[in-house]
Amino acid sequence: MSVDLSTVKRVAHLARIKVTEEEAEGLRGELNTILGFVEQLQEVDVEGVEPMTSVAAMTLKMRADEITDGAKAADIVANAPLSEDNFFLVPKVVE
Amino acid sequence: MTDLTSLTIAEIGDGLAAKSFSAVELTEAYLSAIEAANDALNAYVAVTPDKARDMAKASDERLAKGEGGTLEGVPLGIKDLFATEGVHSQAGSHILDGFLPRYESTVTANLWADGAVMLGKLNMDEFAMGSSNETSYYGPVVSPWRAKGSNTDLVPGGSSGGSAAAVAANLCAGATATDTGGSIRQPAAFTGTVGIKPTYGRCSRWGIVAFASSLDQAGPIARTVKDAAIMLKSMASVDAKDSTSVDIAVPDYPAAIGESVKGLKIGVPKEYRVEGMPEEIEKLWQQGIDWYRDAGAEIVEVSLPHTKYALPAYYIVAPAEASSNLARYDGVRYGLRVDGDDIIGMYEKTRAAGFGREVKRRIMIGTYVLSAGYYDAYYLRAQKVRTLIKRDFEDVFAAGVDAILTPATPSAAFGIADQEMNSDPVKMYLNDVFTVTVNMAGLPGISVPAGLDTKGLPLGLQLIGRPFDEATLFKAGQVIEDAAGAFKPERWW
Repeated sequence: MSVDLSTVKRVAHLARIKVTEEEAEGLRGELNTILGFVEQLQEVDVEGVEPMTSVAAMTLKMRADEITDGAKAADIVANAPLSEDNFFLVPKVVE
Repeated sequence: MTDLTSLTIAEIGDGLAAKSFSAVELTEAYLSAIEAANDALNAYVAVTPDKARDMAKASDERLAKGEGGTLEGVPLGIKDLFATEGVHSQAGSHILDGFLPRYESTVTANLWADGAVMLGKLNMDEFAMGSSNETSYYGPVVSPWRAKGSNTDLVPGGSSGGSAAAVAANLCAGATATDTGGSIRQPAAFTGTVGIKPTYGRCSRWGIVAFASSLDQAGPIARTVKDAAIMLKSMASVDAKDSTSVDIAVPDYPAAIGESVKGLKIGVPKEYRVEGMPEEIEKLWQQGIDWYRDAGAEIVEVSLPHTKYALPAYYIVAPAEASSNLARYDGVRYGLRVDGDDIIGMYEKTRAAGFGREVKRRIMIGTYVLSAGYYDAYYLRAQKVRTLIKRDFEDVFAAGVDAILTPATPSAAFGIADQEMNSDPVKMYLNDVFTVTVNMAGLPGISVPAGLDTKGLPLGLQLIGRPFDEATLFKAGQVIEDAAGAFKPERWW
């Protein structure tokens, strides 16, 4: 499978990365090189093989349903580029 | 007095106990060494002299009261991927500009609780994506090693290139590192240092910037096998904040060193004899086999038939997980923000400006293989192949093999801005061909310096162990260290 320029642009938009025409062209070649490399997986017989969901045979741990943390709003917004009264500020999303 | 920065962690412990020097003197020696070397090597992206001096002073006070921990007064460098409270933690990326965590990673907290001293944060490939430390926003790390009679700058490997270079150049006594596909073991091999990636779940991942969550593990890079054992004993723990960390008691790793390897069964996988492997690597591997035979171990040929599929499967699984993990860098909660016409425009411009080329490439691959219609063909198939890779190892261990011996890398270090490596992303990815299988199967792997090539550059051998059997790797790794000796770069910086 190989990707064309419009697919590269669509994927870039899905990934929320702005790409110039020139970058998209470069990425097309690079992605096709990588996709060509992973193509060899098609020759592996995976009939009846379970996909890995965890490298170690373990059950995900459960914890007691209790409040163990919180009241850290100021810490959480401390690194925000823009914030006000412990809220993150973003460009308007609803009219 | 001998140069304090040349002491191993084990020797530091003895020296401090004997009051031959103080923790403050030791830290000052390292701060001077960093000051003199960092312009040339670019190993540190941030040095924390005030914090280091305060921590060293506190260590001296604890030592005076007889309360020293296992790493008391030991000056360490920390990979920029670990969150350290109030200190530069940017994963070598532009997109985390100015980020100062309000919390400490579990691994570093464990080290400080045992008395270690932080010297600063170490350079790395951006988001740990790279094998040469050239993708860092802060520029490449220059290896302290050079080929005989050459002035060409070489890469220290990656992604933990700053960690490996700093340890090799005596700019810290040991360093934290992380390994997703070989990022501890490959740079260790390139710089003549010891690096271990423990079993998945051995160290808590809490507070470590996520790259590929099912593969990422923290581990140490150190100058000797014993130092690596001392560090890992401190770093490993079960942690309520990482549900994949494993509740198995941490063994006394340093105690395993020196035990005999007589009767140990060492597997040699025939599939690792890859096409085009340099003769020197082949020779080194044979040398390793001979050392183990001489030490009384039993050598058996083993087969890991799906080895060649590990790297292609990795380049689906790791980018897929990365594309998801890196979705959080959106210019809203931390780091860089570039304004746009609307919120989508802001996301797109922020991520375009904040991520480097390699990171964008991998996010794109990950987004593509997870996108509608392709999931089964790529991601699901790769996860099935991963099951087969793991099964290969399980079969070998079930047959009684205790550890598997392989080369650590397919070559010695290459030059910075190497034409061939940079023209083809897959060429660069092939650096991890011997290490990536271990991450795919969640196993522990150690790289130990084993010799120099004809140009005088270090080469490493890798030992792969059973899950949670790091102790055997330390015990067996010491055999290589005893036989090969230590390798230090000649100082030119």
